[in-house]
Amino acid sequence: MYKNKLLTTFTLAVYIFLLAPLVIITATAFGTDSYLRFPPKGFSLKWVQNIFEVEMFARTFVISIQIAVIGTLIALLIGIPAAYALSRYSFKGKGFVQGLFLSPVIVPGIVFGFSLLKFLIIRFEMDIIPSLLIGHTIVILPYIIRVISSSLENFDYSIEEAAISLGASGLKTFFIVILPNVTSGVIAAFILAFINSFNNVPISIFLSGPGVSTLPIQMMSYVEYYFDPTISALSVILMIMTAVLMFAIERTLGLSFFTK
Amino acid sequence: MALLNLEDIKVSYGKNTILEDLNLDIEKGELISLLGPSGCGKTTTLRVIGGFITPDAGQFKFDGKDYTNVDVHKRNFGFVFQSYALFPHLNVADNVAFGLKMRKESPEVIKSRVSEILEIVDLEEYANRYPKELSGGQRQRVALARALIIKPDLLLLDEPLSNLDAKLRVKMRVGIRKLQQEFKITTVYVTHDQEECFSISDKVAVMNKGVIEHLDTPQNIYDNPKTEFVAHFVGYENFLDLTLDRVNGEIQSMKTSNGLSFNVESNRTFDRSLIKGAVRPEDIEILGEDYENAQNVIKGTVGISTFLGKGYQYIVETELGDLVVNDGSNDRYNNGDQVNLFIPKEKIILV
Repeated sequence: MYKNKLLTTFTLAVYIFLLAPLVIITATAFGTDSYLRFPPKGFSLKWVQNIFEVEMFARTFVISIQIAVIGTLIALLIGIPAAYALSRYSFKGKGFVQGLFLSPVIVPGIVFGFSLLKFLIIRFEMDIIPSLLIGHTIVILPYIIRVISSSLENFDYSIEEAAISLGASGLKTFFIVILPNVTSGVIAAFILAFINSFNNVPISIFLSGPGVSTLPIQMMSYVEYYFDPTISALSVILMIMTAVLMFAIERTLGLSFFTK
Repeated sequence: MALLNLEDIKVSYGKNTILEDLNLDIEKGELISLLGPSGCGKTTTLRVIGGFITPDAGQFKFDGKDYTNVDVHKRNFGFVFQSYALFPHLNVADNVAFGLKMRKESPEVIKSRVSEILEIVDLEEYANRYPKELSGGQRQRVALARALIIKPDLLLLDEPLSNLDAKLRVKMRVGIRKLQQEFKITTVYVTHDQEECFSISDKVAVMNKGVIEHLDTPQNIYDNPKTEFVAHFVGYENFLDLTLDRVNGEIQSMKTSNGLSFNVESNRTFDRSLIKGAVRPEDIEILGEDYENAQNVIKGTVGISTFLGKGYQYIVETELGDLVVNDGSNDRYNNGDQVNLFIPKEKIILV
C-alpha cells in the first residue's frame, strides 16, 4: 500500500509538472488584460479574434501547412524505397547509409539550419520556400524511414516471395502486396513527420526571410514585440489541433503504434 | 531423361559453403523429399530450384532447358512456404486467385477455377475469410490451393506441416500426397521429420552438410542406410566399431576392438579396415545369463531406463560403450541388473 501511494504521488507530480504550464497558458488566453497575467482577470475572446487580425499569422500558417504537407510527401517518396532497401537487402556500406539517413536527428538543429543557410541561400542563392522545403524534408526523413522500416520488418519476407513465385514481378509485388500491408506505417510516418515539420524552429529560423516565414517563427517574433495574450490564444488553438490529430490516430491506428 | 537436373550446384555465403557440388535428378510425376537436420542445405536446394537463390556454380536444368538464370516469376513453379505466407490483406478467394490474376486470366475463368480448387481443398465456405481468421490447417490448405491453381510445372514445399499439431500433420500429409498423385505434379518436399517424409515420398534424399548422402526409396533407406549419418538419422542408435575377420559367403565375421566376435549378414564390402555396425534399439534382444559367451552376444549392466509405452528403453553399459535397447517384452529390468544382449546377424547394418 505504502509503495503504491508513493508511486501515485510521484506520478501525479509528474503530470502536474507537465500539464500545469499548458493550463496556465490556456487560462491566460481568455483574460481581459492586454498583457499576460495569471490568474486572468475577467473573460474575453478578443485575443482569439486578434489572431485573425494579425495578417502574418494566417499567412505563415498556410506556409507552414504547405511546407509540412509537401515536405512530408517528398520524404515519403524517398523514405519508403530507402526503408525497403535498408530492411531487405544487405550491401556494402549499409551501416554507413543507415547512419547517413538518421544523422539529421543526431546533428543539432541549429547547426543543420545554419549550414543550410550557408549552403542553399548564400552559396546557391535559392529562394526561401524551396530552401525551407529541402531543409524540412531532410529533417523529417529519419522519422519516416524509422517508422516504415519497423513495419516492414514485421512483414514476413516470404509473403513477397510467394507473390513473385505466383508470377508477379518485383515492382508489381511492391505495389500490390507490400504497400497495402504497410499502410498503417505510412500513415503513422506521415503524421509524425507532419507534426515535426509543422513545429520546427531551428531550421526554419535560419531559412525564413522578410515576409516569408513559418508559423512558429512568426510566433517567436511576435512575442519579441508584443506581450499580449494573443500568443496564448494561438497556442490553445494549436493544442486543440494536435489533440484532434492524436485522437484521430488513436481511433484509426491506436497510439500503441508509436510505442512499438 | 529426368525432368529436373541439378548439376554440380554450389552455393556459399562468404566462406560458408552451403551446397557443395550437389547433383540431383528428379523424374516427372515423382514426389521427392529432401530430408536432413537444420543447416544441411535442404532448404537452400529447394530455393535454388525455386529461383530464389542463384547458385555460384553449376546448372539447373528443367525439362531439358537451362533454368539457372530464369526469373522466379517466369518459372511457373508453385511454392508453399513454412509460414504459409498468405497475403494478409486479401481474403481466401483473392489469395488463391492471385496467380491467375498475374496471368491475366479472364474474371470468369478465375471465378470458376477458384471455386473448383477451394472445393478440392474443402474450403468453399471460407472464401470470404481473411487469413487471420483461419486456423493453421486451413491456412496451410489455402497456401496449397494458391500454389496448385496456377497448374505449376513443379510443386515446391518447404516444411509445409511443421507449424501444425501432430494429429493434423498426419492428416494433411495424406491430403498432400493424394493431391500430388491426382494432379500428377512433380514435387520437391523439404522436411526434417523422418516419419512424415517416409510416409509420402517416392524417393528420399538424405542430406548432410550440403551433400546428398543417400538417395533412394524410403524402404531402402530405412533398411539399408548407406552411411553412418543416414543410419543415425533413420533411427539406428547403436554403432559398433568392427574390423573384418573373415568372409564366409553372405556371412561376414567381424571382430570388435576387445576381441568379441559378431557375425553379420551383409554383402557390402569396404576398402577401409574400420567398419561400423549399426543396430536399431528395438533389434537388440535381452537374454538370460545362460547365453553368456554365445555368438553375437555382449554382456552389460542396465543403467537408466525410460518408459516408452509399449515397453521400456534401457541404456545398457557394456565393454563397447553404452547401448540403447528397446525391450518390448513384459520383463522389467532394474538399474544394476546384469544382462546379455543378443544382436541378430541380419539386424546389423554395415556402414
